[in-house]
Amino acid sequence: MTTKTETMDYDEVLERFDPVLGLEVHVELSTRTKMFCGCPNAFGGEPNTHVCPTCLGLPGALPVVNGSAVESAIRIGLGLNCEIAGWCRFARKNYFYPDMPKNFQTSQYDEPIAFDGYLDVELGDGETVRVGIERAHMEEDTGKSLHVGGATGRIHGADYSLLDYNRAGVPLIEIVTKPITGAGRRAPEVARAYVSALRDLLRAMGVSDVRMDQGSLRCDANVSLSPKGDEVFGTRSETKNVNSLRSVERAVRYEMTRQASLLSRGAQVVQETRHFQEADGTTSAGRPKETSEDYRYFPEPDLVPIAPSSAWIEELRSTLPELPWERRRRIQQDWQLTDEELRDLVNTGAADVVAATVDAGAPVDDARSWWVQFLTEQANSRGVDLADLPVTPGQVARVIALIGEGTLTNKLGREVVLGVLAGEGDPDEVIASRGLEVVSDDSALTAAIDEALAAQPDVVEKIRGGKVQAAGAIVGAVMKATQGQADAKRVRELILQRCGAE
Amino acid sequence: MSQISRDELAHLAKLARLGVSEAELDTFVGQLDVILDSVAKVGEVAGDDIPPMSHAANLTNVFRSDEIRPGLSQQEALSGAPAAEDGRFCVPRILGEEQ
Ligand SMILES: [Zn+2]
Repeated sequence: MTTKTETMDYDEVLERFDPVLGLEVHVELSTRTKMFCGCPNAFGGEPNTHVCPTCLGLPGALPVVNGSAVESAIRIGLGLNCEIAGWCRFARKNYFYPDMPKNFQTSQYDEPIAFDGYLDVELGDGETVRVGIERAHMEEDTGKSLHVGGATGRIHGADYSLLDYNRAGVPLIEIVTKPITGAGRRAPEVARAYVSALRDLLRAMGVSDVRMDQGSLRCDANVSLSPKGDEVFGTRSETKNVNSLRSVERAVRYEMTRQASLLSRGAQVVQETRHFQEADGTTSAGRPKETSEDYRYFPEPDLVPIAPSSAWIEELRSTLPELPWERRRRIQQDWQLTDEELRDLVNTGAADVVAATVDAGAPVDDARSWWVQFLTEQANSRGVDLADLPVTPGQVARVIALIGEGTLTNKLGREVVLGVLAGEGDPDEVIASRGLEVVSDDSALTAAIDEALAAQPDVVEKIRGGKVQAAGAIVGAVMKATQGQADAKRVRELILQRCGAE
Repeated sequence: MSQISRDELAHLAKLARLGVSEAELDTFVGQLDVILDSVAKVGEVAGDDIPPMSHAANLTNVFRSDEIRPGLSQQEALSGAPAAEDGRFCVPRILGEEQ
């Protein structure tokens, strides 16, 4: 039996308390292989097929660090304006839980590879907030558990659990902010904007596919409240399972109202992990939070230290891409957008994907209208962020190019994109498998036209008599006969030609 | 002088999932102190000029290139497991929450 959790009205929360946020983002790197072994780093797959003695923790297996993952970690640190450690080590985080078959997670403890940086985050109205970055460290992802039996499929009441270690050992970077204070009313918005900016940055760097829906970017939100004007931070809760930008905002706001209600009744906020419930936007209590001593961290004896030279760091710095916000400024100039037009593009999450589509060769106007109209509709109807739609800017650019050269009509183009969204492959594969190409072969068209002309001799007479607008009836018949796959303009030309009306 | 309390020892045993009886706790507390005292002697000989190390080899930056290497098949992976189901390792019901 559960009792309904009491919450305080949001305005009242802000009159009495100042929220303090701390955000921990885990991002899975898109390297080819895992962090410490040569197993493929790929989403999904048959269970336990991307495994080896190392990531299964079998006796005698030894880890070796993936050099590309270290490069990505350093690049992320640089992108976040961090210092890069001249010397650092991995550490064992010890805990018994079957999601790590080794009974420890190889992570970093007091020697993170990157520390003390910041990320400038733009809010919806154009105001910029600087979020301090405490650290970014390297670690490995865990396996996936499936809880069997019990009523809810949740861990409590389950009869037993099934483990798939395909994800165990996937390179993970944990990025931790410094306490975010002073955001007040806008705290939920700042949390969302931070995760959004971080995601844009990581995507631009090409280090991760940053899919919140697939768990390659995950956010834990720490929230506490201080009585108004009091410098001392309150006890915090850590909300996990926050799987979309919208959920980040909702989770922070909910925790503020829940904790305020507790504190105002003289009750305590429990330091614990809480789970975000997507369905009603609330959080529910999980396990009490361990202290870091309980993890008994110690330096990993199977791995040697990492000591990036300044030459290597500078070389990696030179590979940093144009940052998303710099690109937005350039886009605004190049595309001659007003501040408002740019903000609309940014707020719908379209700016970067449109820019990437333009970079892939599409005209600006086409790229904009595809993303802002048709694809935004698709994202909304699926309840995902635009950038999380399973179609790439390159694929959209390809469809736009095919329409431009007359291989597809707009209508067919949309159908091709729907095919891509349905997971049927690249545009060309969808066109081949669905048979969507515009009928451009004149001889095939001519046969259809001659048939339509023969069926409507009276219309032919009208056209020959100079009433060219009558050709519309024949165009309609031809389009019907070709199931809409002919280019109507070309059909009309051919009809007039055959009737000698040109 | 005792460096580790009986309660701390009981807590450590719990974290390490070791079943240690009440009588054993009394015995081990004293023994662990001897071990800790012995290890602490290292600190007496190591001067400020000797940095602590966690690895015997004086190496840094040992990396592997990001290339896929063959691993185990599902059947091989599960071959040592006491129980498996649907290609997954089967473990007893877990109390507590996910990490
Ligand atoms: Zn492996």
